[in-house]
Amino acid sequence: MNAIRRAFTEEFTIYRVAELKPALLAALGEGERLELDLSGVERIDSAGCQLLILAKREASATGKTLAIVAHSPAVQSLIEFYNLAAWFGDPLVVSAE
Amino acid sequence: MDELKQVFLQESNEQLDALETLLLELENRPDDETTLNGIFRAAHTIKGAAGMVECAAVESFAHVVENVLDRLRNHEIAVTTELAALMLGCTDHLRVLVANEAGVAQVTIEWIEAQGARLLAELGQYGPGGQVFATPKAAEAGVERIPSNRSGHNCWHISVRFGPDVLRQGMDPENFLRFLETLGHIQHMETLTDIMPPVAEMDPELCYLGFEISLESSVDKQAIEDIFAFVRDECRLAILPPNSKVADYLELIESLPEDTLRLGEILVRVGALTADELAEGLRTQAIPAAAEQPDVLQIGEILVAQQVVQPELVAAAVAKQTQVSEKKAQDAKLIRVPADKLDHLINLVGELVIAGAATSLLAHTRRDGELIESSSLLSRLVEEIRDASLQLRTVQIGETFNRFHRLVRDACKDLGKDVQLVINGGETELDKSIVEKIGDPLMHLVRNSLDHGIELPAVREAAGKNPRGTLTLNACHDAGNIVIEVIDDGAGLNRDRILAKAIERGLVDAEAHLSDREIFDLIFAPGLSTAEQVTNLSGRGVGMDVVRRNLQALRGTINVDSHSGQGTRLTLRLPLTLAIIDGFLVVSGNRSYVIPLDAVVECIERPESEHNRNYFNLRGQVLPAVCLRESFSLPGERPARESVVVVQYAGQRAGIVVDRLAGELQAVIKPLGAIFRHLQGIGGSTILGSGEVALILDISALIKISGQAEQRLIARPELRNA
Repeated sequence: MNAIRRAFTEEFTIYRVAELKPALLAALGEGERLELDLSGVERIDSAGCQLLILAKREASATGKTLAIVAHSPAVQSLIEFYNLAAWFGDPLVVSAE
Repeated sequence: MDELKQVFLQESNEQLDALETLLLELENRPDDETTLNGIFRAAHTIKGAAGMVECAAVESFAHVVENVLDRLRNHEIAVTTELAALMLGCTDHLRVLVANEAGVAQVTIEWIEAQGARLLAELGQYGPGGQVFATPKAAEAGVERIPSNRSGHNCWHISVRFGPDVLRQGMDPENFLRFLETLGHIQHMETLTDIMPPVAEMDPELCYLGFEISLESSVDKQAIEDIFAFVRDECRLAILPPNSKVADYLELIESLPEDTLRLGEILVRVGALTADELAEGLRTQAIPAAAEQPDVLQIGEILVAQQVVQPELVAAAVAKQTQVSEKKAQDAKLIRVPADKLDHLINLVGELVIAGAATSLLAHTRRDGELIESSSLLSRLVEEIRDASLQLRTVQIGETFNRFHRLVRDACKDLGKDVQLVINGGETELDKSIVEKIGDPLMHLVRNSLDHGIELPAVREAAGKNPRGTLTLNACHDAGNIVIEVIDDGAGLNRDRILAKAIERGLVDAEAHLSDREIFDLIFAPGLSTAEQVTNLSGRGVGMDVVRRNLQALRGTINVDSHSGQGTRLTLRLPLTLAIIDGFLVVSGNRSYVIPLDAVVECIERPESEHNRNYFNLRGQVLPAVCLRESFSLPGERPARESVVVVQYAGQRAGIVVDRLAGELQAVIKPLGAIFRHLQGIGGSTILGSGEVALILDISALIKISGQAEQRLIARPELRNA
């Protein structure tokens, strides 16, 4: 299985989602499994989260796998707040603090 | 004022500070994309936040500003000095508007409106800015809501579907939901994205989010509705009170766009309904149209189907549950704590230190090994608690420094000078109470440097200097102190003129021979303010004597160093904290004294042959010696073997001659009463474990006293042998 790993360091916010959407979908089209490294994403808002949801949904619909392999604190916080951790199904690291 | 608004005020002031800093940065680097984006974001955040608390005046003004910024960001218009100045004006105006909302504005409504109109007219030159749709409201008497006090298990069910445009308007659903958390505890939240269209049609800037929330809270419906007040027209909101009837939920399900069964299942998961209730409810409803309605059993089947589709879901859900309790702890990363609570904590820690010292003393006198061991463990922990709690109060000085960007800029405009402000060491941390108190003295020093220090560009050029002056603010830590420097590359202090004025005022004797340092020190003398005396520019604010007094109240000092034609360096030294220090206990004439440990360099023994000298030899270096016994006229015989504690302060070294060394301790500083204010050489007092009072030595004053005594002797050598 060819896994593609992509690291995003941009802000997943309303200001950038228009550029991120094609980038994410293009990455998804490159292989069977897309691994997202979001550890460098300092800001994420609801628009960014929505985009991740879209990508995940699209992956499931086309029989591919999308996994977020690294979360920044901001990403983790929002995903947990929206109670989407189980839906995304990615292991989250719970920090000791 | 309600809580929501208070949060808004605090946050918008922070954003305004950020906006101001970034705007000043933009002036220097007009092409920096990051700065531009930051500015836009700050304005946008203020607008969004204002909207959320219904501060329409702030919101609408911010909206116009944001429009201009947007054009700037899209390179439709260029960054100019005028535009930056206008934007700074707008920032100030926003500040006034925010203050007005809080009812603390110091200007009249008419003034605000006039100012707003003027700014809007100017903004209009930069393209269509949009209309202001609200005017500031006159301050009204606050009406506070008394929360209803219903107890027990109260779970509201909130169903909200955000409208497609909320994100574009700068309102993030997350903010509203986070605010919801201030009302109570979110028991469960389900995020719905069912209405999100297929990939091709999905516009990432539109909002497709919906939420089903179960909120445990004792507030009333109005309070929950208020949170969504600003998006009320943009979202579909349904709030069901705790213990609503099943029929109400079913009605809700019907009214929502998502699939009935999926919603029902979500409500079960949220905990609003039990599976039985839902099944029963749906069955009764389904009877008339049984043919079309899928069987209720499908709820379970859907679940199973989902498990098949997403096997990872179950595992993640299980893991999730165990994490829930841990997650709660990290939810709140930042807490705002009232300062007086912190002060109380610090006081308690202080008492703890004293009590701990008493215990350890007791353990040592009893010679109880186990007790000594446990008390030493205790004191180590107390020490850590002390450091950690003092850390809570520390803030970076950069924020204070950054305020001066604006000051320098405005002053330059007024004075026709060109000065760049350079800041180093902004990340240096110190006690918040000190930061607050040095703001004004620092501002005075900066103003002085701009006013009197740095010359006009033409004068500078004539003197062969860069027409652009430089004002440097430095901060760093040094031996338990924080050192702040205000450096300018201006003309420097005029030594002769200061001396002449001082003699004229009768502050010094005309015959006196003074060193440069002593002459520069005269600018701190009351009645000789640089503003009035040295350059005849209008004096304003506090004089230099007040600056020094303020610093002394903080146990700090100020030094001047100046070279004619090259500039002036003002060095401020302040203790890191006001409450507790690590001390070194010494005994002289059976009295205990504490020397701040940070000042101690080493301890040596003093041979009897040197007893009557006021200097001593440290490995070839001759240092002044201050004998505590003599300085404080202590009774009793001199011991045969004295010790010298070598101390260092502000680059000067000296020895303090004492009878005996008694080791390290933590000293909780208790200020001395007003009667002792003029006492020199004593910085405060502390209570030892034994209950005895020990005086804390003020090293800088001691070194100075000994220096002065020495200089008197040099001036009049006949006294030495007397």
